[in-house]
Amino acid sequence: MGVARYWREIPARYNLIGKKCQVCGKIYFPPRSICPTCRRKSIGKMEDYKLSGKGTVESYTIIYTPPPEFSDKVPYAIALIRMDEGCYLTGQIVDCDLEEIHIGMRVKACFRRIQEDGKRGAIYYGYKFRKV
Amino acid sequence: MVAIVSYGAYVPKYRIKVEEIARVWGRQAKSISAGLNVFEKSVPSIDEDTATIAVEAARKAVEHGGINAKEIGAIYVGSESHPYAVKPTATIVAEAIGATPDLTAADYEFACKAGTAGMQNCIALVNSGMIKYGMAIGVDVAQAAPGDALEYTAAAGGAAFIIGREGIAEINETVSFTTDTPDFWRREGQPYPGHGERFTGEPAYFRHIMSAAKLLMEKVGTKPSDYDYAVFHQPNGKFPVRVAKKLGFDKKQIEDGLLCPIIGNTYSGSTMLGLVAILDIAKPGQRILAVSYGSGAGSDAFDITVTDKIEGYERMKLKEMLNKKEYVDYATYMKFRGEFR
Ligand SMILES: [Zn+2]
Repeated sequence: MGVARYWREIPARYNLIGKKCQVCGKIYFPPRSICPTCRRKSIGKMEDYKLSGKGTVESYTIIYTPPPEFSDKVPYAIALIRMDEGCYLTGQIVDCDLEEIHIGMRVKACFRRIQEDGKRGAIYYGYKFRKV
Repeated sequence: MVAIVSYGAYVPKYRIKVEEIARVWGRQAKSISAGLNVFEKSVPSIDEDTATIAVEAARKAVEHGGINAKEIGAIYVGSESHPYAVKPTATIVAEAIGATPDLTAADYEFACKAGTAGMQNCIALVNSGMIKYGMAIGVDVAQAAPGDALEYTAAAGGAAFIIGREGIAEINETVSFTTDTPDFWRREGQPYPGHGERFTGEPAYFRHIMSAAKLLMEKVGTKPSDYDYAVFHQPNGKFPVRVAKKLGFDKKQIEDGLLCPIIGNTYSGSTMLGLVAILDIAKPGQRILAVSYGSGAGSDAFDITVTDKIEGYERMKLKEMLNKKEYVDYATYMKFRGEFR
């Protein structure tokens, strides 16, 4: 990940700022500039919307063979989380025994270090999830 | 008047026992634990650092206080383990609580008292009318060389205080006592600190804390028995108990704020976390003395009175958070700290 992209995505990565379509009320994360349902009607009507950070594990998988930058974290769990606002997010589950993770588990977003550009580069922070 | 409006704290879930560290280095755990009055310490997870702990503590403070983060005009993060040498942790916190961009922010460094130095700055800014709310955070993921005596205590955690005009605890007065005392240091670019061994006690910790505490009590006209609670910096579990006794405080006054035996020394977080534990249980009208200590050296002392507002305030209950813990072995602890890279 480049520093510029990280910087642009800080509102979403730190504070789960998505978009709400003012026409149909649907919430999107990551943020979208057009609502796929309302299409042209939604232009200019997509407003910033901060997710509560609370959600439910819909599905999950345990990663044993990660991309190289996450090799020191295996095994770790990546879950598909249905947020209380209705949208879906993928994120790592932390501070939880892997055996304890289950579908239907309630989680809340927390703030963690995601990755870094080596020892000399930038550090990227963002959301992960922990059991409520 | 100036007061603590809200507070938040965060201590990582993982712990390592003194016993486990002593096992690796072939030391007598019982005598180390008895000598330090420390039994286990908190360990940051592999993806936790000073910035993530600061953000978690800051978010709790904002949430529990029902504060509009846009009204926070200053954020100071005191630590000796900022993730960047150049790039402020305070900017990460400001963004993560939604306080940007209309505010001033900076990182502070004064060994273990940088967080309370930030509190004093917030007090001054609120008093002068420059800002409505200021946030001061004391946080560390303390560094210790493997095998060093500091390894038994160097821990992770932090606390955030929001300072404003009115709140749950009035800050009646604050004073500091500062000298050039080389008891503990870390040179630029070095991963671990150095220390003056026995020199860290009398001329450093005890002299500065006692002088600041006496200066404060003289200024406000109080004596130890006027306080319901007292908290002193906790480099180990022994020093704060001894300094309290020397100053004329009894065990009852300090026991609720004494966290070092169960979480270790959280450096910049130490005094402020102790204060959080006290505010979690304090009643209106009760008086608190808080004295930090930072090597190098200096102490900041605070005279605090809890107000009626604490009744309607939803406290975070730090001790409940501390009870949710999980033990790791020495190898996992080293991996979490990135010592194998
Ligand atoms: Zn729509």
